[in-house]
Amino acid sequence: MSLLKHHGKIERNATLLLGLSFAVVTVSGIVEIVPLFYLENTIEEVEGVRPYSPLELAGRDIYIREGCYVCHSQMIRPLRDEVERYGHYSLAAESMYDHPFQWGSKRTGPDLARIGGRYSDEWHVAHMIDPQSVVPESVMPPYGFMMNVRIDGRYIEDLMRVHRLVGVPYTDEMLENARADFLAQANPDADHSGLLERYPGAQTRNFDGQPELTEMDAIIAYMQMLGTLVDFSTFIPDASR
Amino acid sequence: MADDENKPAPEDKVQPPERQYAENRAELRQKQAEPPKTGHVWDGIEEYDNPMPRWWLWTFYITIIWALLYTIAYPAWPLVRQATPGLLGYSSRADVAQDIDSVRARNAPLDTRIASMELDEVVHDPELFRYAVAGGAAVYRTFCSQCHGSGAQGAVAFPSLLNDDWLWGGTLDDIYWTIAHGVRNENDPDARWSQMPAFGEILDRSEIDSVAQYVLALAGRQHDAAMARSGEELYLDNCAACHGDDGLGDRFQGAPNLTNDIWQYGGSLATITETITYSRFGVMPSWADRLTEAQVRKVTLYVHQLGGGE
Ligand code: HEC
Ligand code: HEC
Ligand code: HEC
Repeated sequence: MSLLKHHGKIERNATLLLGLSFAVVTVSGIVEIVPLFYLENTIEEVEGVRPYSPLELAGRDIYIREGCYVCHSQMIRPLRDEVERYGHYSLAAESMYDHPFQWGSKRTGPDLARIGGRYSDEWHVAHMIDPQSVVPESVMPPYGFMMNVRIDGRYIEDLMRVHRLVGVPYTDEMLENARADFLAQANPDADHSGLLERYPGAQTRNFDGQPELTEMDAIIAYMQMLGTLVDFSTFIPDASR
Repeated sequence: MADDENKPAPEDKVQPPERQYAENRAELRQKQAEPPKTGHVWDGIEEYDNPMPRWWLWTFYITIIWALLYTIAYPAWPLVRQATPGLLGYSSRADVAQDIDSVRARNAPLDTRIASMELDEVVHDPELFRYAVAGGAAVYRTFCSQCHGSGAQGAVAFPSLLNDDWLWGGTLDDIYWTIAHGVRNENDPDARWSQMPAFGEILDRSEIDSVAQYVLALAGRQHDAAMARSGEELYLDNCAACHGDDGLGDRFQGAPNLTNDIWQYGGSLATITETITYSRFGVMPSWADRLTEAQVRKVTLYVHQLGGGE
């Protein structure tokens, strides 16, 4: 116990206390965080996950701007009730290109991790303009203004560059074509071959039913792809993880 | 009298609190040996260095032991390639799979019967039917109520399922097909499909106006009789192929009955004109690959018994 007697010295010396506290936090941080970067069972390789297409990325930005994450999570936990209601539990890889991730912590509304394909575009438009028109019990606020806010992808390349800076593997080719891809995805008459090559599985159509490209197109493009990239009929996650 | 006056007031008998405290302390000090002090002095106040209460200390030690045992029992310590799996072999993924399997296994005797029988046979087996409708109601609330309404009353563009005005047919097999494959979606090749043309590109403004008046007349709504008469010819040429000569609709093409004043999109002149000009494209997702076969059949039976089943 003679060692413990010296704690008085640490308590009386603010700088020493600060330095040693920092050392303790550093060590425990390293022990807790560093293994996640190398352990094989935390880094699960999953086929199909790709970076967001420019329009989806813009939709994701709107999602964050409007604070949808305050009421919606994007994280299906491995629990029976959640899996039966929302679909296969979320995999870490599915949010690997999310900066910041949208797992959320509050569910006023349902989880949206696998909302893609569950409803029609028409339903999403009606629901965003006036949630109570389709779900009378809803407490979700209306977002109809998105129908009127036109977007042209002027800054989309910059946004993608920022995402590349934090680790999303956008290639030079993707950046060069950023604006063209942005405009093409919601235009049914455009040539989509390049877009689909760069972003396999991207959905191309007029999402909001209006001729103009608006924020509504972007947010619906984003929602309709959520959780659709991994094909669970061919991919079976390792149960030991 | 003077004595009385000098007599102290009763409360003065009580000693001032400082003195009382000092006396108590002196007593205490006699009773127990003075514990050591920390040496902290602040404004004359000193601090005793009493030991931690025993119960607290032991609880603390037990939590440390508990934590160690926990990391042995459950996955915890990071090693070179993997973390230690833990003696109990716990995995949240295996857990949920087992949980789902055990519930499925419990329902399996009933579910396999539902999945293998003809649907109208299920209707005649009261026990199985009751189970199917209750299960179907749960499926409906989870996956269908957002579009068709929690009471199946429908909403604009999303048909009510309570009435016998069916777009695609109201027999069990019709409903089953609609639910399993959906309507006009892109991911199921067996989805029900049809497309009303956008007449804005085919007819001119006044022709659309008169055919819209004819639709109002078919539905028994207030209309302009002269315009409706001129619309009849246009209707027979352009619309009857799908909606039928008498406007009763065609379930093979999902073309609605226009005579019963039940509307999917709306029966006002403005809405009907909009429908004719731009057409409609109602989409319903397919459910065959989101739900199990038994679930699709259960929700089919549920919808069928809501009121309109044939
Ligand atoms: C005040 C909380 C709140 C906010 C903020 C909110 N929602 Fe909702 N949302 C709800 C509730 C409650 C529901 C369930 C009722 C309904 O369907 O409207 C819901 C339902 C939904 C659904 C349907 C989910 C399902 O599976 O049925 C979608 C999609 C959705 N919201 C998208 C959004 C988007 C996109 C935003 C941001 C622009 C947003 N929500 C913001 C509360 C909210
Ligand atoms: C995204 C919204 C949406 C969801 C979710 C949805 N439906 Fe539908 N459903 C529709 C639309 C739109 C139609 C009408 C299609 C048309 O215009 O022909 C429809 C049509 C139907 C029909 C045919 C009605 C008729 O008159 O023939 C049935 C039956 C039906 N749905 C049942 C269901 C069931 C059961 C579920 C849940 C498993 C479900 N729907 C989920 C949108 C939806
Ligand atoms: C190729 C077949 C086809 C032709 C031709 C056609 N329709 Fe339709 N019509 C449909 C279908 C299918 C629907 C349902 C659309 C949906 O559910 O999204 C529909 C829906 C409608 C509705 C909406 C009913 C409601 O409940 O809201 C109206 C009104 C209508 N048609 C009128 C007309 C008129 C008038 C014409 C002729 C000028 C016409 N249709 C020609 C197939 C057709």
